[in-house]
Amino acid sequence: MSTLLEVSGVSVSFDGFKAINNLSFQIGKAELRAIIGPNGAGKTTFMDIVTGKTRPDEGRVIWGDKSVSLLKMNEAQIARAGVGRKFQRPTVFEDQSVFDNLLLALKKDRGPLAVLLYRRTAGDREKVEQLADEIGLADHLSRKSGELSHGQKQWLEIGMLLAQEPRLLLVDEPAAGMTLAEREHTTALLVEAAKTRAVVVVEHDMEFVRRLNCKVTVLHEGSVLAEGSLDHVTKNQDVIDVYLGR
Amino acid sequence: MQRSFLFRTPSTLIFLGALALFTIAVTLLSDAFGAGVISTSFVKTLGKTLCLCLIAVAMDLVWGYCGILSLGHFAFFGLGGYMIGMWLMYERTKDIVTASMAQADIPPTPQEVIDAIGTQIFGVVGSSEFPLVWAFADSLFLQLALVVLVPGVLALVFGWLAFRSRVTGVYLSILTQAMTLALALYLFQNDSGLRGNNGLSGLQNLPGAGDIPQSVMSIWFLWASALALGLGYLLAAWVVSGKLGSVIRGIRDDEARVRFLGYSVEGYKLFIFVLTAVIAGIAGALYYPQAGIVNPAEIAPIASIYLAVWVAIGGRGRLYGAVIGAGFVSLISTWFTGGQAPDLPLGFYTIKWVDWWQVVLGLSFVMVTLFAPKGIGGVFDLITGQRAPERHGADLGPDKGSLQEQEALK
Amino acid sequence: MPPPPYLQASMIHRTFALIAALILMTVSALAQDSAIQSLLQTHRETIEQSSRKTIGPVITALATSGLPSAQTVLEKWQAKDMWQRKADGQFFYAEKIDSKTYELFDFETNSSVEKAAKSDLKQLKPNSGIRALIGTALVQFQLMDPDPVKRHDALISIERDPEPAHLEPLRAAIAGEQDAALLAKKQRLERLLTARYDAASEARVAAINSFADDLGVDARAMLNPLVQTKRRVVAGDVPADLNIARRLTPGGDDLTGDAAYAMLVDAGLAPAKIDAADIKTTLAANIVDGTVGGVPVAELDDMAGRDRAYAALVAGGLAQPTPTEAQIGAALSAHSFFDAYAEADPAVTQAAEQALRSIGTKVAVNQFLDLSLDAISLASIYFLAAIGLAITFGVMGVINMAHGEFIMMGAYTGYVVQQVIPDYTVSIIVAIPLAFAVTFAAGVAMERLVIRWLYNRPLETLLATFGISIALQQIAKNIFGTQARPLTSPGWLDGAWVLNDVVSISYIRIAIFVLALIFLAVFLFIMKRTRLGLETRAVTQNPRMAASMGINPDRVNMLTFGLGSGIAGVAGVAIGLFAKVTSELGSDYIVQSFMTVVVGGVGNIWGTLAGAAMIGFLQKGIEWMNPSNTLAAQTYMIVFIIIFIQFRPRGIIALRGRAAGD
Repeated sequence: MSTLLEVSGVSVSFDGFKAINNLSFQIGKAELRAIIGPNGAGKTTFMDIVTGKTRPDEGRVIWGDKSVSLLKMNEAQIARAGVGRKFQRPTVFEDQSVFDNLLLALKKDRGPLAVLLYRRTAGDREKVEQLADEIGLADHLSRKSGELSHGQKQWLEIGMLLAQEPRLLLVDEPAAGMTLAEREHTTALLVEAAKTRAVVVVEHDMEFVRRLNCKVTVLHEGSVLAEGSLDHVTKNQDVIDVYLGR
Repeated sequence: MQRSFLFRTPSTLIFLGALALFTIAVTLLSDAFGAGVISTSFVKTLGKTLCLCLIAVAMDLVWGYCGILSLGHFAFFGLGGYMIGMWLMYERTKDIVTASMAQADIPPTPQEVIDAIGTQIFGVVGSSEFPLVWAFADSLFLQLALVVLVPGVLALVFGWLAFRSRVTGVYLSILTQAMTLALALYLFQNDSGLRGNNGLSGLQNLPGAGDIPQSVMSIWFLWASALALGLGYLLAAWVVSGKLGSVIRGIRDDEARVRFLGYSVEGYKLFIFVLTAVIAGIAGALYYPQAGIVNPAEIAPIASIYLAVWVAIGGRGRLYGAVIGAGFVSLISTWFTGGQAPDLPLGFYTIKWVDWWQVVLGLSFVMVTLFAPKGIGGVFDLITGQRAPERHGADLGPDKGSLQEQEALK
Repeated sequence: MPPPPYLQASMIHRTFALIAALILMTVSALAQDSAIQSLLQTHRETIEQSSRKTIGPVITALATSGLPSAQTVLEKWQAKDMWQRKADGQFFYAEKIDSKTYELFDFETNSSVEKAAKSDLKQLKPNSGIRALIGTALVQFQLMDPDPVKRHDALISIERDPEPAHLEPLRAAIAGEQDAALLAKKQRLERLLTARYDAASEARVAAINSFADDLGVDARAMLNPLVQTKRRVVAGDVPADLNIARRLTPGGDDLTGDAAYAMLVDAGLAPAKIDAADIKTTLAANIVDGTVGGVPVAELDDMAGRDRAYAALVAGGLAQPTPTEAQIGAALSAHSFFDAYAEADPAVTQAAEQALRSIGTKVAVNQFLDLSLDAISLASIYFLAAIGLAITFGVMGVINMAHGEFIMMGAYTGYVVQQVIPDYTVSIIVAIPLAFAVTFAAGVAMERLVIRWLYNRPLETLLATFGISIALQQIAKNIFGTQARPLTSPGWLDGAWVLNDVVSISYIRIAIFVLALIFLAVFLFIMKRTRLGLETRAVTQNPRMAASMGINPDRVNMLTFGLGSGIAGVAGVAIGLFAKVTSELGSDYIVQSFMTVVVGGVGNIWGTLAGAAMIGFLQKGIEWMNPSNTLAAQTYMIVFIIIFIQFRPRGIIALRGRAAGD
């Protein structure tokens, strides 16, 4: 399986505190991966580095077939290169309708001039409606997204991610604050998405991770502690010591 | 397919209609073309107000829609005025100088004419040489181009520097204020080449139009201002109604999220910043010929803050709100500070509005911010039945939810 | 008693006088005619003549007579208080009793002689030339006067208006000087005069060299005239007898060809060039039937046409021809241009040049020191003005546009206190805590009424506080009027701490510097050592967590805001001491305060300090480079800050980490 993203030897520290310490990680082109770890293990910082929000002090982040370095690109360029990110808290544009939110995310030319002169086509509308259908918001297209429930916002954000058509999805705690039924729906969405692209899920909830049924990477103090199936890592003594054992 | 944006935003059509009616009404009531109910000076005031409305539209675009509280747009406004003022002053002085030199025995050489114009214009700052910035002052076309280019390029350079380094929020506001102050202080110098604190004057006299009375001229400028406002409004409405509007409102509410969607936020901000600077420049170029004089005091940071006040009182995030705010507040300010308002005797103290209007304005501004964040424009929401929940100063940002669930249920 | 050598003379004069008295049948004490009187009588005719040309020996005689009353005579004479009795030609000094009567006093005894009618008297009115001569002669008396104040005054008057003649009396007066300070002053003055007036070249050079590292203004004032040059032109070669500073080549760096030719014209060594204005005047004077020299007037609207017409006039003998380039070149090469020293002695000018160079270096170093002191004091003003803002901005994330108005309120509080308490020292001591209290209260009120409702909406806070700002400004204007109100500093803050003639700093600025240090210390103490500081830091870092620990964020915010405002008030008193108190006082400082906070970095007092220091030094530095223009200095400073923000968007001392990320 060819590699889509390769992170090697990355370190970053904030005021002397090493948030990421010589971390190496890679993921294939169509793979679902869960990252678990206790608080402060560096999960969010890891995502920040991949998406360009934080610059590492050292290390490499290599992306895609052409093996370009993500470290030289800014957030928007990385996003256009095909990295989509969903934040821990749902961040959608609450003042705008669900339709507009999805339209905004739809993969299109992102330049100001192209956007200014953009006119919506029937194809775009169809695509948005199809996405809305997938995330269960087909009936809410004209509502302001601020009016949605928490779970619906999470879905809307996942929908916006899918609309970007990224090659790598970084999802931070997608199931937080969802009902059981909503979780199942979310799991299905993520598993489906991982068939055509790489998906990295950061999650605390073991039940949810088990349901994803994928390879698991355990982070601890900024570096990889163990990697493998959930059953495999839960049997690892180190993992039990630092995380599960408590 | 989308319908034309005009039909999706009926307020634009209503506004344009109202503007046309206003212009026609003023024309019919003016000295020059009709009943003579409205004095020429008041026509000029109305024309100037229209220009202020135009810059308020620009301010609304950059602040209300894009979330950049620029305290520098009056600098662009002033620069626009300076650019057109240079041509007006040059040509006007040339007329005067040529006329006076025609009396001499020997006809003047072209160089002598230019030197005499220089002495005439720069005598007040103890100079007679034309500075480099006046290189194009004899060409109306080039100065008109500069009306757009100078504010545009300044906004481009400043905006590029500021946005590139991710300066946002109040930092950005302070930085724009600093830019304005720097420009004003620079222009205050006598050797800035723009006549220091004297500014450019006599701009109400159009060269070659000496025979046309000011009453007629004022109506012409009113029409031009109304046309500019109409076009500017139309442009702004078109910009915000489409996907670009969606992006910039996204930037206003959550810049980082827009960035992670792959939009280069800096580019969009820069686009809006420069576009609004250009609109401000054009507004200034129409304003100052009606005011007759432009000087560095006009550019002082306080003016730009007043601009923000107008837009906030009118209601930001809606273009007609900005127009209403600018029109209402600037006209009522003129009324109160012009000494027309009757004094208010309280028995123990008589309130002279000339002295107390600023206080009332300042406090009413605090009131509007606290109790009516939507400004005057919010009244239209009441009329059309749109109700927003009472949030009492709570956050509008994405983290907190602009319409929280329990509020949405009401 | 008169000394013996003069007894003889006085005898003779007494005889003369006796005869005169007998002849004129006058009364009174001619028999005791004093030594001084007889000396005056000897020169009576010259004195009466009162001519500058002949009076010299008389004054010298008086000055060298050794008579104690000679000084009185000279002083009274100089002051036009010396009168002559017409009856016997005796000299007295007189005091006016009324317009017609004067009381005469004897020079020797200072006792009243008689009251005489003005008509019987003749006033001696020495002209200014004579008075100057008398003044010079008086110097030696004054320099040795028993009263140190008079000696000091004499030195000052010599310093102010030195003359070659002062040199000798000054040297003579050094030996007997007891007062150490005056002795030093005399010696210094002696060196200054030696350098300037001594006849011997070596003595002058030695004196000049002794000033080589002297920062005194007097030294430079003495040296500069020595190296003064005059630009001159002569036909042929440079004369050998002149002390030449440098030769000049026309068209070189120091002298343009045009300027050189203008010198020739001014010296009458070459015909003037005819410039465009002259041509125009000549043309206008020669218009005949609408043409000038055959060229129609209408064609005179460019230079080519005018030149043609002028050439025609020249050909007709109606105008002066303008010299050609070749003529000009020839004239220039036939003459020498040079700068010549006014001082003839090359050794002296060379020594003076060298001394000035070495002084210049030292002055530059000291000016840098002086500038640094200025910058420090400016920085402490900005620090004082910004510290309150930094607290509210850094701790609460609130931009307070009314901060400047709090500064103004503090200043006006100081003014009002001074109206009530006239003693300046006491009033300042009262004003500082009172200003703190007033602005603290205003800040708390503002926080409770307005800002509390706008947390998390920084831009709207900015605008709401701006609304308050314009209201406060206008209210101040309505109460106190638009004219500036004085806030007078106590007397002990007047004056300056003078290190030398270059470096000095006023006590007010030192006081402000100390005040800034005190505030830094107080702030650090509050933040690091008190409960309020602990709670404030907790609320800053994590308000929700702090609230759950039982800290009341509302209270903390209120007190923090009050503290920031209170410090602004105290800063207002300090600023009011050296700036004029007007309603616009605050807005003059607000942008610089913002800049200080932004440049320094938010949320850190050391950042504010660094920001204030940077802006203070920057502003002074730019002013130094372009001293004529403080407006330009401010412009450049702001531009610099905008660029600085590019490289350190979060200020000099920035918070780093995930929390600072957004």
